[in-house]
Amino acid sequence: MEVKGKQANGKQGVLKRIAGPVVTAVNLDAHMYDVVKVGKEELMGEVIKIQGEHIIIQVYEDTSGIRPGEPVSNTGLSLAVELGPGLLTSIYDGIQRPLSVLVDKMGNFIERGVSAPGLSHTKKWTFKPLVKTGDKVEPGAILGEVQETNIVHKVMLPPNAKAGVVKTIKSGDFTVDETICVLDDGREFPMIQRWPVRVPRPVKEKLNPTIPLITGQRILDGLFPIAKGGTAAIPGPFGSGKTVTQQQLAKWSDAEIVVYIGCGERGNEMTEVLTEFPHLEDPKSGKPLMERTVLIANTSNMPVAAREASVYTGITIAEYFRDMGYDVSLMADSTSRWAEAMREISSRLEEMPGEEGYPAYLAARLSEFYERAGLVKALNGNGGSVSVIGAVSPPGGDFSEPVTQNTLRIVKVFWALDAKLSQRRHFPAINWLNSYSLYLEALQDYYDKEVSPEWNKIRSWAMEVLQKEAELQEIVQLVGSDALPESEQVTIEVARMIREIFLQQNAYDSVDTFCDMTKQYDMMKAIKLFADLAYAAQLAGVSPAQINTVKSKNELPQIKFIKDYKPELAKIEKQMDAEFNTLRSAA
Amino acid sequence: MKEYRTINKIAGPLVFVEKTEPVAYGELVNIVLFDGTIKRGQVLDTSDELVVVQIFETTTGIGRDSGVRFTGETIKMPVGKDMLGRILSGGGKPIDGGPEIVPEKRLDITGAAINPYARGMPADFIQTGISTIDGTNTLVRGQKLPIFSGAGLPHNNVALQIARQAKVPGSTESFAVVFAAMGITKEEANYFMQDFERTGALEHAVVFLNLADDPAVERIITPRLALTTAEYLAFELGMHVLVILTDMTNYCEALRQIGAAREEVPGRRGYPGYMYTDLACIYERAGMIKGQKGSVTQIPILTMPGDDITHPIPDLTGYITEGQIVVNRDLHRKGIYPPINVLPSLSRLMNLGIGNGKTRDDHKKVSDQMYAGYAEGNDLRGLVAIVGKDALSERDRLLLEFADLFENRFVRQGYDEDRTIEDTLTIGWELLSTLPVEQLTRIDRDLINKYHPKIKAGAKKE
Ligand SMILES: Nc1ncnc2c1ncn2[C@@H]1O[C@H](COP(=O)(O)OP(=O)(O)OP(=O)(O)O)[C@@H](O)[C@H]1O
Ligand SMILES: Nc1ncnc2c1ncn2[C@@H]1O[C@H](COP(=O)(O)OP(=O)(O)O)[C@@H](O)[C@H]1O
Ligand SMILES: [Mg+2]
Ligand SMILES: [Mg+2]
Repeated sequence: MEVKGKQANGKQGVLKRIAGPVVTAVNLDAHMYDVVKVGKEELMGEVIKIQGEHIIIQVYEDTSGIRPGEPVSNTGLSLAVELGPGLLTSIYDGIQRPLSVLVDKMGNFIERGVSAPGLSHTKKWTFKPLVKTGDKVEPGAILGEVQETNIVHKVMLPPNAKAGVVKTIKSGDFTVDETICVLDDGREFPMIQRWPVRVPRPVKEKLNPTIPLITGQRILDGLFPIAKGGTAAIPGPFGSGKTVTQQQLAKWSDAEIVVYIGCGERGNEMTEVLTEFPHLEDPKSGKPLMERTVLIANTSNMPVAAREASVYTGITIAEYFRDMGYDVSLMADSTSRWAEAMREISSRLEEMPGEEGYPAYLAARLSEFYERAGLVKALNGNGGSVSVIGAVSPPGGDFSEPVTQNTLRIVKVFWALDAKLSQRRHFPAINWLNSYSLYLEALQDYYDKEVSPEWNKIRSWAMEVLQKEAELQEIVQLVGSDALPESEQVTIEVARMIREIFLQQNAYDSVDTFCDMTKQYDMMKAIKLFADLAYAAQLAGVSPAQINTVKSKNELPQIKFIKDYKPELAKIEKQMDAEFNTLRSAA
Repeated sequence: MKEYRTINKIAGPLVFVEKTEPVAYGELVNIVLFDGTIKRGQVLDTSDELVVVQIFETTTGIGRDSGVRFTGETIKMPVGKDMLGRILSGGGKPIDGGPEIVPEKRLDITGAAINPYARGMPADFIQTGISTIDGTNTLVRGQKLPIFSGAGLPHNNVALQIARQAKVPGSTESFAVVFAAMGITKEEANYFMQDFERTGALEHAVVFLNLADDPAVERIITPRLALTTAEYLAFELGMHVLVILTDMTNYCEALRQIGAAREEVPGRRGYPGYMYTDLACIYERAGMIKGQKGSVTQIPILTMPGDDITHPIPDLTGYITEGQIVVNRDLHRKGIYPPINVLPSLSRLMNLGIGNGKTRDDHKKVSDQMYAGYAEGNDLRGLVAIVGKDALSERDRLLLEFADLFENRFVRQGYDEDRTIEDTLTIGWELLSTLPVEQLTRIDRDLINKYHPKIKAGAKKE
């Protein structure tokens, strides 16, 4: 981000104290959340507390080498992002500095004191107007469009600009700063707009979500779906699959735009996205996934204040694309690192700590963040959505800690990762007994119409089998499985099939990584077919041991790895029917 | 250089200095004792009235009469080509009787973050010769993969075996080793040194030793000196560097001690709230850079207090590193070396380093299938203890046997046994072939037909 502002009153303040990322200035006119420039190197910072004449500032860069007495100046602006063509395919740090530009300016390591604008101010974009002279335009109105990647970027009147009548509208190649529209009161608008990150962008109306975000992940779409415009949390201990699940969503979900925030996590994971996404195709458009993606990478070893900001930078960019009418999905990995950044800053401010040292406003900040998700009618009347999926990293994997608990109070979908599952390499390691989705009811109509009228029923059936298995497992642990009644032995086998065939999905298999709704339905139906035949056979006197010899059952897992699976599946189902017929007639 | 005599308080490793000229945050400070001894420290908090300095050595001998010199620069490490083969103290001073390091450069020890855009993706398979690592938790160049262990377990042997055997098949470049000891005993240090000498590894190693009786706070800089050296060797001289940091638990204790001295609000179990960020600034200093030759691979070792993996030290580490190798007491008691429990172990970068053209096309799926079998067999041991073996179904009985075989054939190997990846996968298939083929649901048919020993043998006969 680059801040071009004027000193509020021209007077420079002076640094009084430096202790890590928090510094104190005096003789500075400042308001809360003003962006200031700290020290001779003009490091960017933000006012976070005012106490008498002491202005307390969090600095977004390393403060080593800064001394008391160095100057501080106020830009008089709040922390804002640049919005306009050029966002897509970018990778930014927490305060929207493009990492590629930083490499050019300072090499392979992130040094400090370099400012870099979020958008290129020299690149020309071809702007096609969609309004004409004399048109009345309201705040948020779409003035025209730019073919940014394969995505069309809608250029809008800023939401906080007053309505007016178009006097001139241009067409042709422009930089983001050049005026493309003049209103009859003389106001001039370029393509770029700046929006303060801590303020949600306004909408006309928030609607209730009714359409699922299709992720291609069977356990998510099949058992615990998230709606477009919904919120989900994915807590889990280290190594349980938070990042892989979020990356799977970034790759395969049917959102039109993806904002991926690496908040206080690993550098190599961001590099992985950067290397992989340009080569992966969006299953819908066939275009490289990178073209619909914006990455924010403020890794664990980058400054904590910028980590705190990264989540706001990301959600503001997501809202901007939502206002164009797109379905946006935003992943934040990990919201716990964001909460820890708040905790670190708060403790340096010597604020009264709440639970486990987190500031008392932790719950408020979390809910304000997730509230920025939603299915909306934008100011311009477009329908768009922001779905938010937040990873949570509970210390020791214990979900009773404050970040997990405060998050669960807000979000509607809970994907509970389970170390026991990941240790046995059951992936995605989402526990089917503890997880839930509160969108199921709202999405029923969609499944009826778009998947099959049978879908909701077969889903409930699968959940029941899994619940039943959990109860039966308790008995098995005491007496062994042979002691169960025969029909329940069949249930145990069917549950195993649901887990191993349907729920397990290998993110690294080129076919299994994505499974569309039709295939999900077909797979579940095949398992149900086995169950129906097996229970019938059992009633007819076939023993569970014999049922387990059915060969076609063992072929079923292979379906996962076959792209055009239909002929093979039909063959297996036919064979299954025949095998059970033989068993029944022998009984 | 101006010398102040305005110390007004000394508490733990912290020295408070009054009324100075403006002093920079993070600046290196020399404290001069009456006998001329110099102690080094760093500015933690600076304002017009008061400067707080953290000393990296004992504060013994520092008094209100000591002189304080602010050097005007942050802590730098002199680095040069001739460091290889040298033994330095935990504070970076030669302790092998040799000459001072001739500095070619003086580098800031904090080390800036590698820009994620500039990182190269680690993808070169490192063969350690240990099946539980190569086969199921593969290490790649540029990875940070810690060993989680417990007091009295043979983690040092595992680390040394890795350092000795690590190679990238098909590459002629060997690894330079940077070894940093933090608070380990003299005996443990000797163990490492003797092995380095025995194998000739010392010639291409740089050793930093902060031993149990060295100042605890010095441990805060030891890993930073080691990593600064490693980055220099890797990114300026183009070497592949293996960094062994041991024991990170001692490092974290030192961190806790300083936090307490500063009267900070403590986080979980008394460790500072910023320990995640602090550890990340160490562990993230591993990796590769696009278009550059060298790499930094890190193997930190930590002992889990009470063997508890949820303790903040292993917990925060696991959240930062790219997996973990877990050394387990039960396996050790059974007499199995290396006692690596694969179930809680993980290599997050495994998928990038294995497969067709790197190791073998069946690698991932063989690994997944062995995990599934071992996990299930291991669970059944609990059941058998209650209901007896006879109550088991045929399927379960085979899985139970599989778990035993896995530990005895796959996990167990010699301290000097250097298995190729082919050896490792062959053992894997041998074990899997004791299970019914239908049960190998994690492996696609083609691979089963290609590698399953019984099917291959059958196909030949026909
Ligand atoms: N065979 C299996 N395959 C996949 N997942 C399983 C299997 N068995 C158990 N799980 C998963 O592991 C979880 C815990 O299983 P289990 O019921 O054995 O734990 P528990 O002993 O009750 O838990 P705790 O030890 O924490 O009290 C289950 O909720 C389920 O998610
Ligand atoms: N869906 C999946 N399919 C296959 N492997 C997975 C899947 N999810 C997770 N994994 C494995 O688990 C490891 C850890 O996952 P990751 O998402 O990095 O965990 P977390 O972010 O929770 O620490 C990955 O490196 C990968 O090996
Ligand atoms: Mg992760
Ligand atoms: Mg729309």
